[in-house]
Amino acid sequence: MLKELVQKFASVREINLMRIKEAKDTGRKVVGIYCTYCPQELILAAGAIPVGLCGTSEAPIAAAEETLPRNLCPLIKSSYGFAVTDTCPFFHFSDLVIGETTCDGKKKMFEIMQDIKPVHVMQLPHLNNTQASFDLWVDELRRLKLRLEEELNVQITDEEIWKAVDVINREKKALKAIFDLNRADPPPISGIELLTVAWSRSFSSNKGEMIDNLNGLVKEVGLQEKTISDPAPRVLLTGCPVGLGSEKVIRLTEELGAHVVAMENCSGYKTLDLQTDTAGNDPIVALAEKYLAIPCSCMSPNSYRLELLNSMIDDFRVDAVIDLTWQACHTYNIEAYEVGKVVKQKGLPYLHLESDYSNSDLESLKVRIEAMLEMVEK
Amino acid sequence: MIGIGIDIGSVATKGIIINGDKQCRAMVPTGWSPRDAGQAIIDQLLDLSGIERQEVEHIFVTGYGRVAFEQADKTITEIKCHARGIAELYPEVRTIIDIGGQDSKVIRVGEEGRVLDFAMNDKCAAGTGRFLQVMATALGLDVSELGQSEEPARNLSISSMCTVFAESEIIGLLARGNDKGGIIAGLHQSVGKRVAAMARRMGIKEQVAFTGGVAINLGVKRALEEEIGCMVIVSEACQYTGALGAALLASQL
Repeated sequence: MLKELVQKFASVREINLMRIKEAKDTGRKVVGIYCTYCPQELILAAGAIPVGLCGTSEAPIAAAEETLPRNLCPLIKSSYGFAVTDTCPFFHFSDLVIGETTCDGKKKMFEIMQDIKPVHVMQLPHLNNTQASFDLWVDELRRLKLRLEEELNVQITDEEIWKAVDVINREKKALKAIFDLNRADPPPISGIELLTVAWSRSFSSNKGEMIDNLNGLVKEVGLQEKTISDPAPRVLLTGCPVGLGSEKVIRLTEELGAHVVAMENCSGYKTLDLQTDTAGNDPIVALAEKYLAIPCSCMSPNSYRLELLNSMIDDFRVDAVIDLTWQACHTYNIEAYEVGKVVKQKGLPYLHLESDYSNSDLESLKVRIEAMLEMVEK
Repeated sequence: MIGIGIDIGSVATKGIIINGDKQCRAMVPTGWSPRDAGQAIIDQLLDLSGIERQEVEHIFVTGYGRVAFEQADKTITEIKCHARGIAELYPEVRTIIDIGGQDSKVIRVGEEGRVLDFAMNDKCAAGTGRFLQVMATALGLDVSELGQSEEPARNLSISSMCTVFAESEIIGLLARGNDKGGIIAGLHQSVGKRVAAMARRMGIKEQVAFTGGVAINLGVKRALEEEIGCMVIVSEACQYTGALGAALLASQL
């Protein structure tokens, strides 16, 4: 039954492709997004459908390298490659694409992408602890609101934004409940299943239905019979974003007999504790607060990520931590030093891997992961 | 309990059989078939020890070829096997530097061969036996001759880490009339630097052991000691460290 439910999530992408096409035919607008920093609430409040476009497949990278440098992060190359080859239907259907200046690579890639689609780039501050940064981010949210109103020819009211805030808050809560199931021993959901659910969610055109499905999954797992404790090592994955197509580290780890019980990355737990505060008067300010709190390595300082990792290691009874950096992602690569310190202080093995979307390093990844798991076995 | 440990490396396949306090060892070139090399080692070990195949309780296999070998009762990583092997030979060692044919690694160990941390070089021949093999060919030597042919006093530093570029660099140095001894010392320095950087990143704790096929090369040992600033221990059986670890685990010692 659990397998079937997860399978239902796996088919979300396909089903919603048809729905989005139908919705487009009736005049609804689609807005493509790349990153968890994008305030989806504004898109929902504009009556449009937000869809995730973040590239997680190696397939279009060769085409992207005709324009972009080879020594660039695979996520950027994949995202651009899908756009330039017109092989991602969700990009194809997007009326507007929203990007953020999360890193130099994305910032400059979005300039080139404007030749293919209208792209709106939000300037994300580098610091998250100054008033000037916060004010800039509030302005950027207001600028996005204006652009959406112009581009989609709508009026976005505060009332609609608050409604959308409620929807996204509920969605996050439901997804968090699914991730939290894996605090149990044995973990009821495999890492690949968890990824399938979390990643597929970004393609849904109907948030209400998605929230019901997420809650249904939690309920179903609750009804399952409790099995006995499992001695397999419990691994936490952190670092760069992972999606279906770039899940090789999760797959290898589970093939080697361990459980990936938790993921602290942006398709995982990173944003799930963050709820938009609904007590204030200005929904834009409330959204700015929530989004600026996201513990991405592009922010400085990024102490909340280390606190989050620290508590996740305890809550999910983690035995070892894998920190995955995609090639040329400097901020995650450098922050690995701090993450390593936190993990080692807790007496756990810490494995930092640098890789790309290709399969060329499967064997060398495997020997490293295997050696780390051997460190856990007594 | 009788156990066999086999380390199927990219260049050589090493094996050790343990029967109580008796040990026999054998080595063959891996060639193109890790499976055949593993089988050849088992045959040689049984021959040498006079033990029958069915008397052997466990065969544990490590090294890059471990996954291709169906007769393995268990496969273990090189990291754990080197740690176990060194714990037997030199229990005081806390850092292992292993340079093999296609990779190099640094392993920090605690008591009884417990692995505390490790690092491996990435996707590149720099700082491996392969690097030295290519350079030896360019110099018209066998890789085994490099150690005795170096002249550290006339060390010519090689600036390229990349195997392909370093090869053109030494061809250039030879063309300008430089002699081989200084070039070889420079090559050893280059390997030592590369591996020492990896070791320092993880933190070096004495004593330090140097294992793997490249440890036979006294020039690399010298360069490594200079770069990390302390003495390194090389066992006469340095190439067999991984196989020894696997054999000890297989015979549950």
